[in-house]
Amino acid sequence: MAVIVERPKLSILEKFYFPAIMKGLRITLGHAIRILRRKKKVTMQYPEEKWDNNLPEHYRGAPALVTDEHGRERCVSCQLCEFICPPRAITIIPEEIPPEDQWSKVEKRPREFEIDMIRCIYCGMCEEVCPEQAIFLRKDYAISGYTRDEMVHNKKKLYEIGGVREGLVNKWNTLK
Amino acid sequence: MSAASKQTEDLVNVQVDGHWIQVKRGTRMIEACKQASAEVPHYCYHPKLSSPGNCRMCLVEMGMPPRPTPGQEAELDNDGHAKISWMPRPVIACANTVAEGMGIRTQSTLAKECREGVMEFLLINHPLDCPICDQAGECTLQEYSVEHGKGESRFLENKVKKPKNVDIGPRIRLDDERCVLCSRCVRFTQEIVDDDVLGFVDRGSHNVLTIHPDKPLANNYSLNTVDICPVGALTSNDFRFKMRVWFMRETKSICNGCARGCNILISSRENKIYRQTPRENNEVNSSWMCDSGRLNYHLLESDARLTDPMMKKGKSHETVDWPQAIRRTAEGLLKYKGDEVAIIASARMTNEELYLVRVLADTLETKNVDTLKCHGEGDDYLNHKDRRPNTNGAKAILKLRSPGSRVNSIKKGIESGSIKALLVYGENIESKGFDDGVLSKLKFLVSSHILANPTAKLSDIVLPGASYAEKRGSMINATGRLQLLNKAIEPPGNSRDDWEILQDLNCAMDGKDFIYELADLFSEMASVVPVLKGFTLSGIGEKGASVIETGETIPLLEREAQRVNQGLIVG
Repeated sequence: MAVIVERPKLSILEKFYFPAIMKGLRITLGHAIRILRRKKKVTMQYPEEKWDNNLPEHYRGAPALVTDEHGRERCVSCQLCEFICPPRAITIIPEEIPPEDQWSKVEKRPREFEIDMIRCIYCGMCEEVCPEQAIFLRKDYAISGYTRDEMVHNKKKLYEIGGVREGLVNKWNTLK
Repeated sequence: MSAASKQTEDLVNVQVDGHWIQVKRGTRMIEACKQASAEVPHYCYHPKLSSPGNCRMCLVEMGMPPRPTPGQEAELDNDGHAKISWMPRPVIACANTVAEGMGIRTQSTLAKECREGVMEFLLINHPLDCPICDQAGECTLQEYSVEHGKGESRFLENKVKKPKNVDIGPRIRLDDERCVLCSRCVRFTQEIVDDDVLGFVDRGSHNVLTIHPDKPLANNYSLNTVDICPVGALTSNDFRFKMRVWFMRETKSICNGCARGCNILISSRENKIYRQTPRENNEVNSSWMCDSGRLNYHLLESDARLTDPMMKKGKSHETVDWPQAIRRTAEGLLKYKGDEVAIIASARMTNEELYLVRVLADTLETKNVDTLKCHGEGDDYLNHKDRRPNTNGAKAILKLRSPGSRVNSIKKGIESGSIKALLVYGENIESKGFDDGVLSKLKFLVSSHILANPTAKLSDIVLPGASYAEKRGSMINATGRLQLLNKAIEPPGNSRDDWEILQDLNCAMDGKDFIYELADLFSEMASVVPVLKGFTLSGIGEKGASVIETGETIPLLEREAQRVNQGLIVG
């Protein structure tokens, strides 16, 4: 059902819009003078200055893979992030961890893990769905490259961005 | 007439979750529930195996009408059935059969509590392996823990550690921590393939599945244990960590490894096949298939795959486009008359392709048409000694009495020079007696295959075709069953569906009308070939239809039928 919104009744002064224009000019001019007198700064000088220190805790930047304090790559390539990813930015090729590896009891790891940053929409679903606490959205937001290939983050790059994360659940350590 | 009095000799009245249904006498309770669309969760029960009833997951509440004292009338309910008095304790639905007037409750508080109890016990020691487990996504333990699990554990003690990642055979890996001890694999190896190598050892919560110390699980049907394992305890080495099951698309098709024509599901993702699993068809392969057939899809990934039509230039071949290859083939063949041309087709081809070969032979007016006879070793289960999937189709369509009988006369004809041109489809005849010396006597040799082989090397023109997973069509198996082959993936590069190649060739030879649809081609064929009369391509159906009486029996199915008659299995 349509809702009828009553127009506000305007006074004479309001109908005659000249005072409103003057009010607007006064505000603009006030800002201009304050900036000229270096009393106030409204522009951030990007990229010399950056947001980095002012980003909120929940900021969602580039997704990246992390290792834990034992040096184990957290990802076991269950491919749930690949499944959930709305723009299909993630491609994973799993492999078996060779028996001589220190973490061979985990059995599975990604041979290749690629996130196409042209496709990524920074929604954070991959972080949310990850059962191994292996993928996190970091605060990197300025992702650029000269070619499309450069915009695809491979496994090495993802671990570089991700770094080490401590205090996660270590269920594999107690195995066997 | 009341419902209760409708009891006949074969049917009994059973109440499932408050609804009365009629089922055959001797039906297992679990099957009766299935017929009433009431799902009873289970692990150990499998219709093709005996029912030891050891998982206890299928516990339901059961009741019978009490036996009236002499002279007393049975008390009736509103539907006219005798009133049921419910038993205070649950029974397993898998090993018990129904009786007249029986009541089954699958959703009562007692039944639900039983399931929750069984699930809690099973999950006590179950590892949190789902992220690395190949079964995830098709695991009944996962499904049932969503439906009947508690969601959180009350277990404070340490979990029992069992062997993980155990090598028990060339194609199978065992993880004992994931095992729910349902014994399906043990029963399969004992009852179906007579290779009794699996068993349980140790007691209580340390009870584990194990392999005979000296005998690996290496029989040609071992991968069926992976299919029937309800959890991820047994996984396939071939499929291990290749792809998660929820990504794959399943195509219903048939195996082309031998003349049995086992019904299969081809699982693929993004134009790559990851596995083949058996599809139930009680007229052909029951629920099983052999390992060699299951793994033969690797041939499609061979480096020797032909991807472009090629023509001989000097000593090597050069790539040409399709119109040119077809035109040159037609021109080359039209130079020769009648019996100067011979065609060796293959029983690997579909009926539609063989029919087009027949049309081609009619155009060329040659009688030198045959397929090769390729017999290997069959076994006493499913594997057939005829290694070609469509020998019966070739017999019916090319009107061959015994395939392979004309091959020798074709060979002699080539040697004497009376046969000057040869068309070879889907076979490497170089390895079948046609050596370089014979083939080099030919003026014109055309071969069509999926792989680069010695025959292709000697050919003037090479036409790359499509493999069994890359095309649609029909075949007739060893027991005379017409079955449908479906396309799971695209053929590589510029290679094409074989029937399209043959049709282009036919059109180039005699300017015949072009057929656009495979279904139309099938209908045309069905009007000419007597055994296919009345069939359409889509009318064949998922499970095929019997068209020829061959009198052959399938050893594995014979034994299963016997066990059904003895009441050992449901079937």
